[in-house]
Amino acid sequence: MALLEVSGISKSFSGLKAVQNVTFDVPEGKIVALIGPNGAGKTTCFNLIAGVYQPDTGSITLNGARIDGRRPDEICKAGIGRTFQIVKPFAGLSVLDNVVVGALNSASSIIEARRKADEVLEILGLAPKRLQPASTLTLPDRKRLEVARALATQPKLLLLDEVMAGLRPTEVDQIVSVLLDLNKRGLTILLIEHVMRAVMALSGNVIVLHHGELISRGTPDEIAKDPKVLECYLGEEAL
Amino acid sequence: MKLLFDGVSGRALILLALFFAVLAAAPLFVNDYLLVVLITILYFAYAGQCWNIMMGFAGQLSLGHALYIGLGAYVTAALYVKFGVSPWIGLVPAMIIAGAVGAVIGFLAFRFGVSGVYFAILTIAFAEFARIGFDHFSWVGGAAGYFLPVANYTQNDLLNLRGSQRMFYYIVFAMTVIAFIICHLLLRSRAGYYWLAIRESPEAAEALGINVFRYKMYAVVLSAAMTSLGGVIFAFFYNNLFPEQVFHISRSIEIILGPIIGGIGTLFGPIVGAFLLTGLAEGLREVMLRLGIDLPGVKQVFYGLCLLGVVMFLPEGVWPSLKKKLGLDRGNEGS
Repeated sequence: MALLEVSGISKSFSGLKAVQNVTFDVPEGKIVALIGPNGAGKTTCFNLIAGVYQPDTGSITLNGARIDGRRPDEICKAGIGRTFQIVKPFAGLSVLDNVVVGALNSASSIIEARRKADEVLEILGLAPKRLQPASTLTLPDRKRLEVARALATQPKLLLLDEVMAGLRPTEVDQIVSVLLDLNKRGLTILLIEHVMRAVMALSGNVIVLHHGELISRGTPDEIAKDPKVLECYLGEEAL
Repeated sequence: MKLLFDGVSGRALILLALFFAVLAAAPLFVNDYLLVVLITILYFAYAGQCWNIMMGFAGQLSLGHALYIGLGAYVTAALYVKFGVSPWIGLVPAMIIAGAVGAVIGFLAFRFGVSGVYFAILTIAFAEFARIGFDHFSWVGGAAGYFLPVANYTQNDLLNLRGSQRMFYYIVFAMTVIAFIICHLLLRSRAGYYWLAIRESPEAAEALGINVFRYKMYAVVLSAAMTSLGGVIFAFFYNNLFPEQVFHISRSIEIILGPIIGGIGTLFGPIVGAFLLTGLAEGLREVMLRLGIDLPGVKQVFYGLCLLGVVMFLPEGVWPSLKKKLGLDRGNEGS
């Protein structure tokens, strides 16, 4: 049984079918990438898993337990941490306090949460900026803060929504090595990513969405040769 | 105790102790008039502090806090006048009723996704509802007002809150100090962190495992119950209650001006704001009196100008910049 099993989920927004009958799973200990052109329904998929929206049909299970229809905070408690594509830092709080809020999800006291938060900040290289207000961070740092905050909740499964977008190649490599390291320590990751450099480095398992439907899945090499994938990215004439 | 002083610099502690010491000793030096001004200031500091829990911490704008003041005032006054119940006992049902009303408003709003400006309007609606309701509630005097028996008390009756202004001063002073300490501890608690997170971004807070509905409810109920204590003082100090005054929206606005001018979400903002506003307004009144100018409404104009100045030049309020000047800024949150 895979850690996360998504089967047959659909979601429409007043007639627009954002996600249609999508089925995939994320095995424990793996890194799975979700790719697809803009508007393919990747973020909607994430929001369905994270409980922001309820799926119209289908089911989502984590460790065999149904999580669809639960609230976002319940899903976080169940063990799924997420980042937001459009970052949502607690702007008025310090970087440390941002992460402390996340750490309180599993910590029993403020002191314990601070300790955990400091560990996470160290991992993501934000430790020198821990006392700055989050509003003073640059975009790459804000993305890192998103990851730090989600990681501090101590999830079994981490959902990353385009955390590499807008980062320089060296910064991408940095985050990639952090994620690989976390994965080695047992963290399962599902990520949405446009930066193929990161996808290739991280994941042996790619899922492609197009117009809300799953059109292909496999290793990066298999995906790159799949005519359906080429068609949706490059158009029919390219073939 | 460790939690109480954690992250507070020695310099801040000394200044804080000095400030409270001066306030504690003030009645020995000031005349009756100034004492009343100080009582008013501390009353607004207290009420502002309570309001700040909802708006400053949890980000929920209430424009109807006069509702909780009024409920506290009417409940304790009626229990005292009709049944001889000491206000110290009466404040228990008062806080429960105010908290329950806060819970109803919170439930209606948060359950059905009423937020922002619409939430603020809902709080006004409930306060207005109470104002009109109490106007017709003849058991406690209706529109004609409700009066507490006044006599010349030769000694302070602390049990029934009958006595000198000095006694009231120390009670409000104690309330202000206690509310300050409670808020300080709250900000360092799980609830405090969660409130700030909800204030900054409810979606992100939810994604981090925070039950946003529950913590918003905590903030509203706590703020309402604490505010109602201010109403107890209001009733027993002024000895008369008129729905048109107690529940009026201008009362709610008066409560929130202090924290806005002092600094929303800060611990000292409500206190600094109350001192600035009431202190300066009373000073202005005194000057006008000396000059023989009688202009009704000058206080309101003055409040408006203060608000304008703060919004334009110190959008975070007076306290954050004052804090920097005093050398208390350590890049930390809170105090």
